[in-house]
Amino acid sequence: MGQIQLKQVTKSFGDVQVIPPLDLTIHDGEFTVFVGPSGCGKSTLLRLIAGLEDITTGHIEIDGTDATDLVPAKRGLAMVFQSYALYPHMSVRKNIAFPLRMAKMNQAEIDKRVNAAASVLNLADYIDRKPGQLSGGQRQRVAIGRAIVREPSAFLFDEPLSNLDAALRVGMRMEISELHKKLDTTMVYVTHDQVEAMTMADKIVVLQAGVIEQVGSPLELYRAPRNTFVAGFIGSPKMNLITGEEASKHDATTIGIRPEHIDVVESGGTWTGTVGVAEHLGSDTFFHIHNTGLAETITVRAIGDVNLTHGDTIQLSPRMDELHRFGADGLRIG
Amino acid sequence: MARSVTPRRKLLNTTVAWAIGLLIFFPILWTILTSFKTEGDAIAAPPIFVGFEWTLENYRTVLERSDYGRFLWNSIIIAGLSTVLGCMIAIPAAWSMAFVPSKRTKDILLWMLSTKMLPAVGVLYPIYLIFIELGLLDSRAGLVVVLMLINLPIIVWMLYTYFKEIPGEILEAARMDGATLRQELLYVLTPMAIPGIASTLLLNFILAWNEAFWTLNLTAVNAAPLTAFIASYSSPEGLFFAKLSAASTMAIAPILILGWFSQKQLVRGLTFGAVK
Amino acid sequence: MATKASRSAARIMMAPAVILLLGWMLVPLIMTLWFSFRVYLPLRGGDQGWAGFDNYTRFVTSSAFWPSVQTTLIIVLGVLAITVIFGILIALLLDQPIWGQGVVRILVIAPFFVMPTVSALVWKNMFMDPVNGLFSHLWRFFGAEPVSWLSDASMPSIIMIVSWQWLPFATLILLTAVQSLDSEQLEAAEMDGAPWIKRFWFIVLPHLSRAITIVILIQTIFLLAIFAEIFVTTGGAFGTRTLSYLIFQRVLESQNVGLGSAGGVYAIILANIIAIFLMRIVGKNLD
Repeated sequence: MGQIQLKQVTKSFGDVQVIPPLDLTIHDGEFTVFVGPSGCGKSTLLRLIAGLEDITTGHIEIDGTDATDLVPAKRGLAMVFQSYALYPHMSVRKNIAFPLRMAKMNQAEIDKRVNAAASVLNLADYIDRKPGQLSGGQRQRVAIGRAIVREPSAFLFDEPLSNLDAALRVGMRMEISELHKKLDTTMVYVTHDQVEAMTMADKIVVLQAGVIEQVGSPLELYRAPRNTFVAGFIGSPKMNLITGEEASKHDATTIGIRPEHIDVVESGGTWTGTVGVAEHLGSDTFFHIHNTGLAETITVRAIGDVNLTHGDTIQLSPRMDELHRFGADGLRIG
Repeated sequence: MARSVTPRRKLLNTTVAWAIGLLIFFPILWTILTSFKTEGDAIAAPPIFVGFEWTLENYRTVLERSDYGRFLWNSIIIAGLSTVLGCMIAIPAAWSMAFVPSKRTKDILLWMLSTKMLPAVGVLYPIYLIFIELGLLDSRAGLVVVLMLINLPIIVWMLYTYFKEIPGEILEAARMDGATLRQELLYVLTPMAIPGIASTLLLNFILAWNEAFWTLNLTAVNAAPLTAFIASYSSPEGLFFAKLSAASTMAIAPILILGWFSQKQLVRGLTFGAVK
Repeated sequence: MATKASRSAARIMMAPAVILLLGWMLVPLIMTLWFSFRVYLPLRGGDQGWAGFDNYTRFVTSSAFWPSVQTTLIIVLGVLAITVIFGILIALLLDQPIWGQGVVRILVIAPFFVMPTVSALVWKNMFMDPVNGLFSHLWRFFGAEPVSWLSDASMPSIIMIVSWQWLPFATLILLTAVQSLDSEQLEAAEMDGAPWIKRFWFIVLPHLSRAITIVILIQTIFLLAIFAEIFVTTGGAFGTRTLSYLIFQRVLESQNVGLGSAGGVYAIILANIIAIFLMRIVGKNLD
């Protein structure tokens, strides 16, 4: 079991309210990702769930019981920190065993669980080393190992991959996803990286300034962003958001079209412009197009290596059925 | 900011630095040398540096004259217990200041330091009366308490500086892992801060060992530590240079030896944790 | 990292230290205040009743008072000036590449381990004795008349002894600070054509300001309290009677607790003025 419910939760630091009243339900077994720009309150929200910060008003329920006033240790949650927060004076084995020792478990059971965690995470080779002798990826695994031995009702991850290099990040992403499939336990994961959110989450919570902008599955957010903020935040490269006369033609204040939904055509395109920067990735080519008569630079994603460079003239044809329309309040129309 | 320099420049620097080092160390060296001289050689004019007849006679006389062992034992007990006790009280306080800081934290810290600036003579008589009342005069227990109190602000301050270097996330991790506050201090914070705690213990042990106002004024016979042992050589025995030197050497030797073996922690501790 | 639970835990954990220090400060302070308004002569009739402000007036009008304040300030300021200036110079020297740096460092910090009673006795007898002291030998060697240091040049002598004890501390703190200076800053300044003295003045010295503040704070705390050095060497004679020592004499030697306590109150006020002044500076410089 691992259902977490936030009811009218607020958080203020002094006079500054960082989280206005907020409701959210995280279902048992769900992989939920909090995503948003830095300073959006996502880490604070995680720490409120963990009990490392007090909520100012409202209630937190874990598995249907009120956990608002419980100390972190009593909430049955495990957390993986951004800095891993391993105990530097203890070996990997002792680090992983620490929560079990605190729970006064008998030694045989501790050994059994630590060994099990070590084999799941491939820690056996360095189980007797100190954290200082491990690489970033290995430390990350130890931190996860320390979290799983307790068999918590939910895992909390606070930007766990942000200290790893790009290649390692992709690997760990998959490992965490697989771990989730294997354990089938609730996971709450905080990140500022929308790629992590899209690839890992069952449910994404997009936050801005402490406010939930949208909750939904990755594809729901991709297909039907609720407002311009979510539209611009989810998806890479970013959605083209166009205002002004072009938007008025579609009875909207802002229209959005994703770069992958604009085709490069030989003739008869809606917009004509010149290529500013062309990024050739091999599998795709990203074009940044100027001089289309629109105020905004338009980003286009073409499949494969398309041989156009700086200064070339190009015709663009957006797919009208993939067009997103937003009103004056920034909210989606239709 | 050390940079490479020419060998000539390095030689010059080395010479000057060694000259200054030896000059500063000279009084100690001279005392140790003199302690092995006969009284005659000790006051010889011109002074003899090494070419004298080495003797242990002075040490024998000093040991016969007074019960060195008891003074030494008192010093060890008083300095040791007051420092350990101070640390036990200071660790929780420093934890609070370092990891749960509030607006008043800095004020409290500065207030604590300012209590050290209260002139001891100003309160000597009241303490004297309290000690008589409680039967603590000339007792080791009394001195342990007083020295603990006068060093407590320094201990709190040093530990606070060391604790602040420890990332709070690790303590939070312990909390998530189910550690109680006591376990968090005992199994996580203290082991991580061992180098800092060692430096703090060492420095305050030395401060307590060398403290010479309360130890002189609150003891007579039973609890007198080495500061009192040496003060008895004030005069006129001070004119016997060799015996004075032997007694002096015996008073400072334990600390010099301790300092030699724990240089790294000491150098760290001697900066009171205030400069990195 | 701040929940109601941890904040209340913090208060509880801080309580022993705060309560002990508060008691250590207040109880004797209140007793001293009480005595300072009494005629209290332990060996001549004990507590003989109310004295009003007599003790205060007597203490401050005694011919010994102002000289003792002056002596205290001269010793503190003199030692601070010597230790800070020589500390910086030695620190800069030790920061240069030299052979045997570790050993030199030990030699330089050694005086800190010598207890004040020992250093006072050794200096007084073996160095400053006008007949057999090493200095008198040295003076005679150069054909000069030996000086009776502790009577004819008492203040410089005491300042020298105390400076010798505290120079290691100043040097070590300043050395640590110098070593943390980013050499690229200095190289950049060198590239900009700043001469040595300007590099020192505009880069090294500002970098050391925090360390200097700490040296001044900690040394002042200890220097205001120096006792053994005077007790052993001059016994307060020859113009070396600090305010602390004067009070000590009133209380213990003349057994006039009322008068001594009034002096104690003055000393506490003086210490507080210095404390407030220092804490202002330090509070700003303390991260």
